[in-house]
Amino acid sequence: MRGISLFLTVIFCLTQPLVAAAGGRIAGQHFGQANEIVVSFASPEASDAVSNPANYRVVEEQDPDIRLEVKAVRLSEDHTTATLTFASPLNQRLPHLVSLNASTAASSESVRVSKSYLGYLFSILISALLINNFVFTKYLGLCVFFGTSKRKDTAKGMGVTFTMVMVVSAIMSWFFYQYILKPFQLNFLQIVIFIGLVSLTVQAVDTVLRKVNPALFNAFGVYLVLVIANCVIIAVPLILADNEYNFLESLMLALGAGGGFLLALYLMSSVRERMELAKIPPTFKGVPIAFIVAGQFALAFLGFSGLTLF
Amino acid sequence: MATDKTNLQLIANGILNENPIFRLVLSMCPAVGISTTVMNGFMLGIAVLFVQVFSSCTISLFKNKIHPRIRIPTYTLTIATWVTVIDMVLAAYLPEAYAKMGIFIKLIVAFAIITMRLEMFACKETVNASFFDGIGMGLGFMFGMMSLGFVRELLGQGTILGYDILGFKPLLFFVLPFAGFFCVGLMMAFFNYIELAYKRGKRA
Repeated sequence: MRGISLFLTVIFCLTQPLVAAAGGRIAGQHFGQANEIVVSFASPEASDAVSNPANYRVVEEQDPDIRLEVKAVRLSEDHTTATLTFASPLNQRLPHLVSLNASTAASSESVRVSKSYLGYLFSILISALLINNFVFTKYLGLCVFFGTSKRKDTAKGMGVTFTMVMVVSAIMSWFFYQYILKPFQLNFLQIVIFIGLVSLTVQAVDTVLRKVNPALFNAFGVYLVLVIANCVIIAVPLILADNEYNFLESLMLALGAGGGFLLALYLMSSVRERMELAKIPPTFKGVPIAFIVAGQFALAFLGFSGLTLF
Repeated sequence: MATDKTNLQLIANGILNENPIFRLVLSMCPAVGISTTVMNGFMLGIAVLFVQVFSSCTISLFKNKIHPRIRIPTYTLTIATWVTVIDMVLAAYLPEAYAKMGIFIKLIVAFAIITMRLEMFACKETVNASFFDGIGMGLGFMFGMMSLGFVRELLGQGTILGYDILGFKPLLFFVLPFAGFFCVGLMMAFFNYIELAYKRGKRA
């Protein structure tokens, strides 16, 4: 437990936005709530200079001409931080520029507010793992999910094989999509190419595993065939092509999707092992009760929906 | 090797005895994901029917030319081709319905039911039999999706195909996405109950 919390702390520290070395009055800046930017000052400021919304000019870096309307400025009691509230939510994935113009035009300065890229990558991973879990909130891969979740060992084997194949095939499809399909405008071939690549990956993993690590092959080989007939594995390349993810983002999505599938399988299999001992009405025996349990898991995963990390 | 069933029996087999959703428990993703209305079920049913019939016929036509060792990739690519066709047709002529179904049309390519029918049936039988088997399986899938959609739309929104039937909304629960799991589970239990009651009646 402590190891996990330590790991999370390290990740958290790593992903904190790097404080820009602003030499002037503004010491730090970061996004607050969906429609907020928090600016902190090097030294206490006079309230009339920094609490007037008209003194701020905030734009998105790519559209410097469109000024975002600052609705109100809230100054903290020690006069060192100001929270800017905007009329509409900000697109926090884009970097923003904040300039503070005091009454005299000479003392104007500008800083850049952006989310750290590492944090953004991590949020893709967490999102695919929990918030948009492929099994419980996107309803993909259910055939294999119900088929292989009877025993914990099977579930673990399936999940690991799955993550492996998914990462390799996502990387390959990303290269194919970016360097062949897009330049030659062959987008309509997406489905054929992606499913072909997945089959190819499965064959390759099968062959390599058989030669390199026969013990592992004996443990996981049976699941490889099942992987082809699964929606998750083809959904990942389609999603990353739709969203125009770059290489690292694609990798994170594939890892998150595979990890999420492993998590779902493991949770489900532990419940189903216990369920064998329970008294279940004959009409619900087998698959129907598994569906009811999966529904309850989906209900629980709905709780992650409001989660925002970075 | 040819099947001794008539065309009608082949179709009935797909709808009742080997219903893809309730009896074979295959292709569950759309059954849970987008069975919120009857119309959704119907549209996806049409798409699956099309893909199933055409890939069954294609594989049946070329069954003597396909090397057994590469049969699974061949099936996959055949299905992918027909899915691309229906994907483009729907995107061009029914953009609204296409937008509602989202990624699921493209995912027909990974539906276990289609690959399984090619492996179990089309690669051994005549084109004619494969055609009717494909129709049976497609209709069975459509029937399953539409019955799920019927229950969820009626109980969730009080409407059928968008027409107001009940005048009130009995259980909002059924509209919510995760209710798909409960709905499929309960309907399977219901069919099991009928089967058990039928067997008990026979024995008595």
